[in-house]
Amino acid sequence: MPSYVNPDKCDGCKGQDRTACEYICPNDLMTLNKEIMKAYNRDASMCWECYNCVKICPNQAIEIRGYADFVPLGASVTPMRSTDSILWTVKFRNGTLKRFKFPIRTTSEGAAVPAGGFEGDGDLNSPALFTEPASLGLSELFTLGNRA
Amino acid sequence: MPKFETQVVETDLLILGGGMAACGAAVEAAYWAKKSGLKVTLVDKAAVDRSGAVAMGLSAINQYVGLKDGKNTVKDYVDYVRNDLMGVTREDLVANIARHVDSTVHLFEKWGLPIWKDEKGNYVHEGRWQLMINGESYKVIVAEAAKNALLQNGTGQIFERVFIVGPLMDGDRCAGAIGFSVRENKIYVFKSKATLVAMGGAVHVFKPRSGGEGMGRAWYPPWNAGSSASFTLQAGAEMTCQEVRFIPVRFKDAYGPVGAWFLLFKSRATNAMGGNYMVERKAELDHWLPYGHVKPVPANLRNYLGMLDVMEGKGPLFMRTEEAMQALADTYKDDPKAYKKKLKDLESEAWEDFLDMTISQATLWASTNVQPEQKSSEIAAAEPYFIGSHSGASGAWVSGPPDLQTDETRGEYFWGYTNMSTVKGLFCAGDASGASSHKFSSGSHAEGRVAAKSAIKFIVDNKEAPKIDTAVVEAKVAEILRPLEVYDTHKAETTDCEVNPNYIKPRMFMFRLQKIMDEYAGGVTAQFMTNKAQLERGLELLAFLREDAQKLGAANLHELMRAWENVHRLWQAEAHVRTMLFREETRWPGYYFRADKPQMDDEKWHVFANCRFDPASSTWEMRTRPIHHIFPQPKEHELLGG
Ligand SMILES: Cc1cc2nc3c(=O)[nH]c(=O)nc-3n(C[C@H](O)[C@H](O)[C@H](O)COP(=O)(O)OP(=O)(O)OC[C@H]3O[C@@H](n4cnc5c(N)ncnc54)[C@H](O)[C@@H]3O)c2cc1C
Ligand code: SF4
Ligand code: SF4
Repeated sequence: MPSYVNPDKCDGCKGQDRTACEYICPNDLMTLNKEIMKAYNRDASMCWECYNCVKICPNQAIEIRGYADFVPLGASVTPMRSTDSILWTVKFRNGTLKRFKFPIRTTSEGAAVPAGGFEGDGDLNSPALFTEPASLGLSELFTLGNRA
Repeated sequence: MPKFETQVVETDLLILGGGMAACGAAVEAAYWAKKSGLKVTLVDKAAVDRSGAVAMGLSAINQYVGLKDGKNTVKDYVDYVRNDLMGVTREDLVANIARHVDSTVHLFEKWGLPIWKDEKGNYVHEGRWQLMINGESYKVIVAEAAKNALLQNGTGQIFERVFIVGPLMDGDRCAGAIGFSVRENKIYVFKSKATLVAMGGAVHVFKPRSGGEGMGRAWYPPWNAGSSASFTLQAGAEMTCQEVRFIPVRFKDAYGPVGAWFLLFKSRATNAMGGNYMVERKAELDHWLPYGHVKPVPANLRNYLGMLDVMEGKGPLFMRTEEAMQALADTYKDDPKAYKKKLKDLESEAWEDFLDMTISQATLWASTNVQPEQKSSEIAAAEPYFIGSHSGASGAWVSGPPDLQTDETRGEYFWGYTNMSTVKGLFCAGDASGASSHKFSSGSHAEGRVAAKSAIKFIVDNKEAPKIDTAVVEAKVAEILRPLEVYDTHKAETTDCEVNPNYIKPRMFMFRLQKIMDEYAGGVTAQFMTNKAQLERGLELLAFLREDAQKLGAANLHELMRAWENVHRLWQAEAHVRTMLFREETRWPGYYFRADKPQMDDEKWHVFANCRFDPASSTWEMRTRPIHHIFPQPKEHELLGG
């Protein structure tokens, strides 16, 4: 499989302007069967198990079953991603359960300001980038002339 | 066959790809484009939020020099990279990235990337150059800044799900690119004054270890298929280090990262008998001087010592996780509460390392009931990949910056615009530019910024738009759609659309390429070994494959993309084989071994091996380029050939 869709949970992203899993899969694998309005992974052997479709599905309809050619059955790794953290549930083949929670960002979604508050010299002919030297935390950019 | 509409997009700067380098380029270009009244267009085959090698996230930033803390210098980083690459490195390019990379990392932090800090508020280092991060959303955050930069100041536009097939040329100048939508029947013609290639490296050129469902679980993501290399080759650009593939040694099968284990947890790797090959085979390093004696030992030599154990039947190799975690927790032995907490923290750090960037490895551990604090895990060498931004070095030969040249290097390494290839108006960054390894995620972003600023300068200096011949465009459109046409024409001739004498499906085309590369060009089953006769035989077989590329058949847009991805892989393969054949020595024994030339020959081969495909005559040219230092080196170093 690698990623697979639970037909009871997938609603084909009804009510959304686009199919979330189809939109996000970096390898163009998730696709919608328009006849039954359910998504599926069209080529399991090209799936990286990156979990992007799993994380984005609004209905938690997608799961991963480890690659059958080297992963014994029975385990699962399940994410719940919020706006600032991710919660992982790891279920072992022998039933052991582990939970981990990690932060994912320190700012609110959409808030990234390209220049990060740093101002540069604004000179297209200098080797300094648009936020430099301020963003380096130095007073000047290294060149062969001023090397330490 | 359905009708395809052609959309023409005119822009000033065209950024191809949406990964780390392209996002860096977007942020930088937006600023300078606004100042100069220019337009920027970014094109990605996927969704920028989660595209490229960082799509899943990362658990470390691998390049941070820390110049402001005064601990390392730019020269220190250059020395590290040159030694790791057995002396073959463009010092001007590496120094340029090293002097800018901290700036990019500080921006990541402002944008919201959580970088680990200690009690004093300093970054937590995994190793000398690496920072630990909570990187699940690394790419999302970097993409957000790029999108905000392009879309909020009115200079830019972004096309997602458009697959770039190749360049459009105006004589010797790059005039843009052509591709197609993988969502609707539409060809895109991008006309630009400068084009920046950042479409990553290549995987699945070689047969992967896993052949079933797990085939997609290569270390390198299956969606980067050599589009950077094929684009620059087709444009006629000179390429460098095409022989310098990368073979990572990682946790076996799922390819979970080992960096944190070696650097942060100070773990050992041993063979099945418990022997440490880094200790037991130390004498072997004497054969690869001076690099055999530098610290850290170059990645390919570390690989090689492990491979020697495996070839001698001493496998499997194990990462001794239980031993490392125990040793770390033992420092708290006398305080049972602190000991328990330390072990718990270590356990969480170990799992996060996988969950942030290689979730399959967590699944593999869970499915085999592995608790790293109790049991070792196997490690193994993966198949070869092309990733010039990591520990490989393949990419285009690009101009260095004017202010990091010496009198000796200026004529050789500098031609007007930083990061411009030998083709006018064609710029490269990240995996697309060569001989500047170890830039990783942060350095690729920084290099993308450098290349974008330079490309804007090029546009300001070269205002007239290049011309594109409409007849050429029409021919390209027909060529791009041919696999759909071929399939449509012949599909009814057999009862199984997969097997047909008149076409080959993309998947089988890929398998044929992988078999050739695996067996003749030093893949896994050949124990990474090859020789002149094998490489020549490989080239013969690749020539048949190139002819059969005319007969690729695709049933839909998805397969059309697969078809062109595999043509791109073929370009990368051919450049690789030709350059391994040209370099008559073995220099990176843990990446590949030329059995007929088993030693390093510094006298003759301490040079760059470059190649170029001449589009006019459809022939390949090979040449060497000298290696010069930009930092003075001690005499003994020169004598040793460093
Ligand atoms: C498994 C793994 C682990 C790594 N770990 C680390 C780490 O811990 N720390 C670190 O700093 N670095 C790490 N790296 C390295 C880092 O990911 C790369 O150096 C970096 O992503 C290179 O940037 P790039 O822009 O050149 O390529 P990428 O980021 O891969 O971007 C390539 C882009 O090109 C697009 N593209 C490809 N083909 C086409 C086409 N034909 N048409 C249009 N678009 C196309 C892709 O969709 C993508 O947007 C790791 C890499 C891998 C693979
Ligand atoms: S994102 Fe979820 S609900 Fe939407 S189509 Fe995909 S699987 Fe179905
Ligand atoms: S896990 Fe990743 S590669 Fe696999 S289908 Fe989902 S998004 Fe695509």
